[in-house]
Amino acid sequence: MEHTIRKFDTKVQHLKYKVLREVARFAWEGTLLDNIINIPNMIVPGKTPTMRCCVYKERAIVGERIKLAMGGNPANPNIIEVIDIACDECPAAGYEVTDSCRGCLAHRCEDVCKRGALSFDHNHVAHIDKSKCVECGACAKVCPYSAIVNRKRPCQNACKVKAISINEENAASIDNNNCIQCGACVYQCPFGAIMDKSFILDAIRLVKESENNTKYKVYAIAAPSISSQFTYAKLGQVITGIKELGFFTVLEAALGADMVAMQESRELAEKGFLTSSCCPAFVRYIKTSYPQLVPFISHNLSPVATLAKYLKESDPTAKIVFIGPCTAKKAEIQLDTVKDYIDVVLTFEELQALFDSRDIDITTLEEDVMDNASYYGRIFARSGGLSDAVAQGIKEQNLDFELKPVPCDGIEACRLALIKKVKNLLDGNFIEGMACVGGCIGGAGCLTHGEKNKSEVDKYGKEALEKTMTDAISMLDMLK
Amino acid sequence: MKIIVCIGSSCHIKGSRQVVEQLQKRIAEQNLGDRVELAGTFCMGQCQKGVCVTVDGEFCSVTPETTDTFFKEKVLAQL
Repeated sequence: MEHTIRKFDTKVQHLKYKVLREVARFAWEGTLLDNIINIPNMIVPGKTPTMRCCVYKERAIVGERIKLAMGGNPANPNIIEVIDIACDECPAAGYEVTDSCRGCLAHRCEDVCKRGALSFDHNHVAHIDKSKCVECGACAKVCPYSAIVNRKRPCQNACKVKAISINEENAASIDNNNCIQCGACVYQCPFGAIMDKSFILDAIRLVKESENNTKYKVYAIAAPSISSQFTYAKLGQVITGIKELGFFTVLEAALGADMVAMQESRELAEKGFLTSSCCPAFVRYIKTSYPQLVPFISHNLSPVATLAKYLKESDPTAKIVFIGPCTAKKAEIQLDTVKDYIDVVLTFEELQALFDSRDIDITTLEEDVMDNASYYGRIFARSGGLSDAVAQGIKEQNLDFELKPVPCDGIEACRLALIKKVKNLLDGNFIEGMACVGGCIGGAGCLTHGEKNKSEVDKYGKEALEKTMTDAISMLDMLK
Repeated sequence: MKIIVCIGSSCHIKGSRQVVEQLQKRIAEQNLGDRVELAGTFCMGQCQKGVCVTVDGEFCSVTPETTDTFFKEKVLAQL
């Protein structure tokens, strides 16, 4: 048990994983429907609650997690769902003055508040008038005693596109029109009340029905951020593990990134300004919040979609499962432009659950290889990598264009660059937008998010056999 | 004639790019472009024997060093 927990950042992820693992275990056996009713008791045994008020509520929540593990509510188009009964209805008071207020003379809080929301009682202690406060946070920033805190719900704090509100039952509610499926709330909710729908059952069905890849081949395409994951084993062992699950072979999405960077640099040189199209959450953010910038979105498919398209053109019966850090990718493959190329998206969390559902201990496996892409394709996994790759694409293709990249990671950084572009104040001609802080290595579907992830990605990049993108993609052109 | 070269990870590391480049060059030199089709695949399931190549379905194990011999014996001789 201890060993298992260390595979994840949080106990919420671990709980989610346990449900996915048990659902998958029965699905491989073909006995899910017979056993589904027993899963809550398997995960929450005995009579002593460990997470909630009683074991019955714990089991009821596990029941909801099982639904999500089986694809979630089909009536809800969003990939991200709130488990209403799991939402602990956190206090959502916004900015509040705490006991630390010393009733000072300076009243910086009052001076900085443009809305006149601060007043002082007979002890000179500050109070915020909620009817006037707009939650700008300026007072909290200037208080020398840090006496003003933001009691925003973690989910709302995580959601930088402001798609989460509180419903009449005091539970979190997602506005599907604004949600970009980045999964920040999924990772941040301390009660695990928001989850991404899982399509592990679709993946299992594809593998089983392929009859050992004889009826059709099931390809896994792994995101380059995989190099920063499964840190308890070697990457080669992860690749072997994926094949042991029944996948025909494993390709690097980074090869698609090489293809994209070459095309994107040409497109950029031609058009003069672009925003990147690799991150589906960033693309959706532009579409929902800055529609006037839509014409500037690169016309390239995302790296995995580009590679999957190539693969399906060369093997039309192929089934393709993308394994990555991203919840938004689950939404991307529902788009008309992508749905024909990728069949299922899994996260690294889900891959871990699949390994353990088959009792595959990857640390005991031989090391296989995964080497299709160049250094540049592989560094797409971290912020700045795409910009470096586009610069390299310009160089390798001798394009006459001076690149001024604006790499943005996290929606707040993206927003800043997009606003500047709207106002014509942006000093740059290429916005690299990644919705997650740090880039894909910060994705909600990662097992762990660590300091060393970026250096792991760079190290893995340098191990690539091909040193240029031209060499990496040359075979694809030759064999088209 | 259809030659399929594996460009999956294992064969790639063993030099499938060099094999493809050499084959492409030989095909061009001998003006065989309309008689020999060169295609790729991402795994033939025989990674230990890479670089994996098939000639009209017949499996061959090739390396960058043996590509010339392969081309003479398996391609030119069978055209």
